[in-house]
Amino acid sequence: MTDAGRHPLIKLFTMSEVLDVKGYVGNFEARILKKARYVDENECTACGECAGVCPVVRPDEFNSGLSSRKAIFVPFPQAVPSAYVININECLGHNPSVCARCIEACDKGCINFHMSDEEIVEKVGTIVVATGLEPYDPAELDEYGYTRFENVLTSLEFERLINAGGPTGGEVIRPTDRKRPESIGFVQCVGSRSVRKGGNYCSNICCMNTIKATLVLKEHYPDMEVKVFYIDIRAFGKGFEELYARSRRLGVHYIRGLPGTVEQDTKNSLHVAVENTAIGKLEIYHLDMLVLAIGIKPAGSAQQLKEMLGLQLTADGFFLEAHPKLQPVDAATRGIFYAGCAESPKDIKESVTQASAAAARAIRLMHKGEIISEPITSEVIAEKCKSCGICADVCPYNAITVDVKKKKPAVVNIAACAGCGTCAAECPFDAITMNHFTDTQIINQVNALLGEKPKEKNLAFACNWCSYAGADYAGVSRLQYPPNVRIIRTMCSGRVDEKFIWEGFKKGAPVILISGCHIGDCHYIDANKWTERRVKKVHKKMAKLGIRPERLQLEWISAAEGVRFAEVMSNIEKLRQNVSDEEIAETIEILEKEKL
Amino acid sequence: MGMNLNVKEKAAREDKPRIGVYICHCGLNIAQTVDCPKVAELASHLGEVIISNDIDYACSEPGQQQIKDDIIKNELNRVVVASCSPRLHEATFRQMLKEAGLNPYLLEMANLREQCSWVHMNEHEAATEKAFDLIKMAVSRVRFLMPLQEETLPLTKRTLVIGGGVAGIQTALDLADSGFEVVLVEKKPSIGGTMAQLDKTFPTMDCSI
Repeated sequence: MTDAGRHPLIKLFTMSEVLDVKGYVGNFEARILKKARYVDENECTACGECAGVCPVVRPDEFNSGLSSRKAIFVPFPQAVPSAYVININECLGHNPSVCARCIEACDKGCINFHMSDEEIVEKVGTIVVATGLEPYDPAELDEYGYTRFENVLTSLEFERLINAGGPTGGEVIRPTDRKRPESIGFVQCVGSRSVRKGGNYCSNICCMNTIKATLVLKEHYPDMEVKVFYIDIRAFGKGFEELYARSRRLGVHYIRGLPGTVEQDTKNSLHVAVENTAIGKLEIYHLDMLVLAIGIKPAGSAQQLKEMLGLQLTADGFFLEAHPKLQPVDAATRGIFYAGCAESPKDIKESVTQASAAAARAIRLMHKGEIISEPITSEVIAEKCKSCGICADVCPYNAITVDVKKKKPAVVNIAACAGCGTCAAECPFDAITMNHFTDTQIINQVNALLGEKPKEKNLAFACNWCSYAGADYAGVSRLQYPPNVRIIRTMCSGRVDEKFIWEGFKKGAPVILISGCHIGDCHYIDANKWTERRVKKVHKKMAKLGIRPERLQLEWISAAEGVRFAEVMSNIEKLRQNVSDEEIAETIEILEKEKL
Repeated sequence: MGMNLNVKEKAAREDKPRIGVYICHCGLNIAQTVDCPKVAELASHLGEVIISNDIDYACSEPGQQQIKDDIIKNELNRVVVASCSPRLHEATFRQMLKEAGLNPYLLEMANLREQCSWVHMNEHEAATEKAFDLIKMAVSRVRFLMPLQEETLPLTKRTLVIGGGVAGIQTALDLADSGFEVVLVEKKPSIGGTMAQLDKTFPTMDCSI
């Protein structure tokens, strides 16, 4: 920690948040909000004189509320930067008639109430998302009595209690009577592996964290009765099984089964009823203290960051990697990487491993000092361009400039173009080519697909980042769906030109699906909003022409939604079965007459 | 072909396509559902297809070598690899084209594994029919692919690390120790994250800070 704080190449912003990120791989621009600390972090020596005189007492978050701190405080003794901070919402203020005692106490004059929040812009080439976790709040699991009984603690609270630097100096005591408990029980999988409450995934760390706690307890208090209530003990890592064996050898009692109820008696001891599934018996244990091994939840900031950086989340809310085996630290967006629990629950060793991997991946991309861009960009055909300016309006990256007044043809800034192809789809004069996804290339795919037995096939357009990846995910999960669908990949659903749709129907397609990232999750900022508008427009036209609009479907499917992809495939197949030969023939006739 | 080709596309067409099609078994991943030799035979009759073969593992070293040899021997100028998802191996096969002297963008993949054999495991006939359709689509697309030139852009050699827990700290240190500047952003008043709150940590049972 201190190494990171004093490294000359690390610029540390604490109390800071990323507000937004613009740009693309190699050239990102991040806007950072640095909140006011009200203490000069460079000058402060953390002497603590200020806290000594501060009259405001509040629960200490670092100690999980088991001790108190002042309104001016240092988060914990080894904090980096080693500087005090004022919680301005708790502070009485700097008006001398009210308080201002800390200002008087600080000889160095580090306290400054006139500090304000700062906005900083930093240019970077790569980004590592290491936003960590949020501990599960067990309040909703009332059967364990966390909200009702003081002697039921979370594993994180217990961590502080047994820590030599914690509020009790490492002495384990019961919150109700401050006496050492003679017996302690641990309940596993609290907020994990449950379809009912909390996460349905395994939180990865809780088994070993409990085993560790039992070892520390047995070391401190060999006579203490220690029980662990579990479903399975997952001691899969290097050296883990040995720790588990040691814990059992030291007399820790492992009981297979999670408590059904917890009640408290008049002496504040807990009565834990559990079905011991190893012997199929209901057992009641009397324990002085109960520790809930809480699971890991994704950080609250994940959703916001996902939208800001155009990333994807799994159904559990953790960040989705580009490939679960081969690119486990890369985001699908080039130049962005994951480290630690942001990507999935993991212990310290795995977090450190992934962090080093993320650094290596970032270095691999940056070390040359230049970056090779994919040439999948749009190109203006100057002689066809009428300088209407529509392309510039729809471009999410402001990569196209058009001089509408002087009627100069549009110009694409290739460095800024990300290749979504929305401009090519929206250009009314076919004056923009989307390289590698040209009209010719795509229309040829449509024709090849519908060349034979078109009425038996469903044509689906899928964007590379979400829906096509979702289809791949359905495959990796071996989800079975009707085999009638044929997918055409485009980089973005924004590329799906109206004429591709008409071409499909003209060639006898019973149903056409356009699929892309959910609104707000588009890999190209918001290009998919143009998809949505276009589909609405085509639906209206279809209705007017007497073609059933249901035959053109629009679905948002994310990269993590393999199940949803398979469902959508089944739904469009059902739809297809309701389209008759006569209806298809009639559509072809209408479209040929309309010359669409 | 009643298509309006633009100037570049016309130029690309003058170089008459000579297409190689490769149907990957992926061990049994594809081959146990899709009749690969049959699909290869069907594809060999498609227009401008010079060679069409099924292959055990297209991505393996011998698999790639076979394709590269074919490219040179048969003067192929377009390649269709029908195997897994392009999201997995497009980069691999583009590199293979490069090594055989072709522009990497003259490759098209047909997704026979994630989007065919794995999702229609009990429908051998329908999956084989679909596989051939996907290859037909790829062949008709590859005919019109154009060589593209990659561009080199400047890059900022700095990394933004969001989050100052154990993972963020380790990333920042590894980068900084390798000579790269790091901007480390933490929302709390101190770095350290959840790790700093822990007492001893497994498996070494030592202090977390």
